[in-house]
Amino acid sequence: MLNIKGLKVKLEEEDKQILKGVDLEVGAGQVHAIMGPNGSGKSTLSYVLSGRDGYEVTEGEASLDGVDLLDMDPEERAAEGLFLAFQYPVEIPGVGNMTFLRTAYNAQRKARGEEEASAAEFLKIVREKAKDLKIDAEMLKRPVNVGFSGGEKKRNEILQMAVLEPKMCILDETDSGLDVDAMKLVSDGVNALRSEGRSFLVITHYQRLLDHITPDVVHIMANGRIVKSGGPELALEVEKNGYADLMDEVQ
Amino acid sequence: MALAQAKSDATEARLSGLTIPEGGAAWAREARHDALNRLQGMGLPYRRDEYWRFTNPAEFLTQETPRAEIALDAPGFEGTEVLRVVFTDGVFDAEASDALEQDGLEIERFSEAVTKDIHWVKGLLGVLETAGQNRVDRPLAIFNTAFAEDGLVLRATGKVGKPVHVEYRRSNETAEAVLRHMVRVEDGAELTLLESGVGASRLNTGMEVDIADNGAFHHVRMQGRDHERRAATHVFARLGQESTFKSFTLSLNGMMTRNEVIITLKGDDAVAHVAGAALGDGRDFHHDDTVFVTHDAVNCESRQVFKKVLRNGATGVFQGKILVEPDAQKTDGYQISQSLLLDEDANFLAKPELEIYADDVQCSHGSTSGAIDETALFYLKSRGIPEDKAQDLLVLAFVAEALAEIEDEELAETLREQLAGWLERRR
Ligand SMILES: Nc1ncnc2c1ncn2[C@@H]1O[C@H](COP(=O)(O)OP(=O)(O)OP(=O)(O)O)[C@@H](O)[C@H]1O
Ligand SMILES: [Mg+2]
Repeated sequence: MLNIKGLKVKLEEEDKQILKGVDLEVGAGQVHAIMGPNGSGKSTLSYVLSGRDGYEVTEGEASLDGVDLLDMDPEERAAEGLFLAFQYPVEIPGVGNMTFLRTAYNAQRKARGEEEASAAEFLKIVREKAKDLKIDAEMLKRPVNVGFSGGEKKRNEILQMAVLEPKMCILDETDSGLDVDAMKLVSDGVNALRSEGRSFLVITHYQRLLDHITPDVVHIMANGRIVKSGGPELALEVEKNGYADLMDEVQ
Repeated sequence: MALAQAKSDATEARLSGLTIPEGGAAWAREARHDALNRLQGMGLPYRRDEYWRFTNPAEFLTQETPRAEIALDAPGFEGTEVLRVVFTDGVFDAEASDALEQDGLEIERFSEAVTKDIHWVKGLLGVLETAGQNRVDRPLAIFNTAFAEDGLVLRATGKVGKPVHVEYRRSNETAEAVLRHMVRVEDGAELTLLESGVGASRLNTGMEVDIADNGAFHHVRMQGRDHERRAATHVFARLGQESTFKSFTLSLNGMMTRNEVIITLKGDDAVAHVAGAALGDGRDFHHDDTVFVTHDAVNCESRQVFKKVLRNGATGVFQGKILVEPDAQKTDGYQISQSLLLDEDANFLAKPELEIYADDVQCSHGSTSGAIDETALFYLKSRGIPEDKAQDLLVLAFVAEALAEIEDEELAETLREQLAGWLERRR
């Protein structure tokens, strides 16, 4: 599904190397988790994969089901089935949540040569998924993320994911800022989407999320590299001892 | 004081060959002659005038009417049930218009009203325009008083159900039109006036709106399609106690547009909102909103909300002033003017002003100019929305605050559609 090889990334504006050779392979249907200290490059990896400006790939490659991602515009990557749940979802005053969702949904369908959904059809799809995530109709009418609480924003990201049905989902700290119940809702949402043809890359600081969403592989990222990979027990180790021991071990 | 030679020469040149409309009742002739005298004394706008610092008036001064390609008729307010009044090349078009009758409304042609010896318009023609020459000169408005032959005269005596829709049409590439509308909204009455259409190659419209106590006047205007138009418009409004005035203009295209709105809040507790959105594409686009609000009564509210979206060298201008007279305590004045520059070529020039002589007032003004929010753009694209569509969404979002000033949701939706269509066509 997702293949990243020797990915090196620097900032476009300054001479700062952030990713220093990332190798990662997420198979179809798998859930991988990435943990790692603040500033280690986790969000940068997710941005580079989804095509945000401001970064320059100096070496390496990244592909989704064999399709080279790095040459595509963000919207093309989305149409290919890549989705990023943002660490900091963006507020867009003046653009209704529903308008936003429908425009995105239809744009992707159009890009794939599929029929666009009518307003009524679409409303039905969204209502159902929103209900599962306990997002009320009122929130759908409001401008995108404006005035949403931290937790509501994160749930809104998952709603978008549920509606767009991507095949490769990257979740960047979707658990931070969620209360216990919301964490359960979000995890249930993610688990409901798990399928053979869909993979997840879950970036998190907390083992707690991984109790709900059991990963196949856990990676530790530090200083722009994946320094260690293992099973779910790796997350437990981090939770207990922090990164210091791990880092010593790697050095 | 003698006018600068260049200015008086330019004025002479423009006025030569123009004559004040013949006929009319004595009071109308007097108002027109008085206007011509004032105009000769004041002179037409001139490049060096402070009030024309950002907008070159040259296009309004050429003796010959500039040629302008006739654009498609803009579909105006099609979803709304209206009383339609059409002016073609600046002349009332009876064929194309509905019958001039409507409950709660007296409606007639300006050209007829001015022939009657006894008419309420006598007490208003040129009166608000003259009062509006306070602090600054508005010679193009005086020009209108002097030379306008046709237009509409409206007197609302009750709550008028259907809006009156003035539609401007063109059949001639060099049509020059000078139109004058006179509006009186009586105590407790309500009227909505819509304007749309391509007007003229060079259009000068003037409107005097007198709103009695408890009256309400809504004005929604679309200027669009005819990119080569030059338009100078003036709306003068006087508000009585607890009355309401709301005016919104959507402006798409237009080589040279200057919209002036001059409002005086005369009665206590009155509310005046004036707003607009202008979208311009291309180096030859120039749009100027010039607003002057005078608070001359207690506890009045005024709002000015203007948004401009500019690209490819387009220029947008905003000059807005709030004047609070000494007795206008408890004034609530708000003014915001913002521009969204879609590239580095576009220009936005703003001059917000406050002049306050009362002490218990709340006035704020702000003017900003910014580029599209790249973070928001990326967020939209990351969900699969193509760049241009994402940009359109953000443009619509940007002007939403101005569109929200339109009270009637159906009219607001019509304008939103016009805007979206423009964005899709890119002109
Ligand atoms: N646009 C940018 N300009 C300057 N520095 C940047 C930029 N983007 C990333 N960085 C830097 O790159 C490093 C990696 O940042 P990144 O956001 O990827 O870390 P992270 O692993 O997601 O951290 P956290 O756990 O705190 O979210 C940090 O030192 C950050 O300051
Ligand atoms: Mg991060």
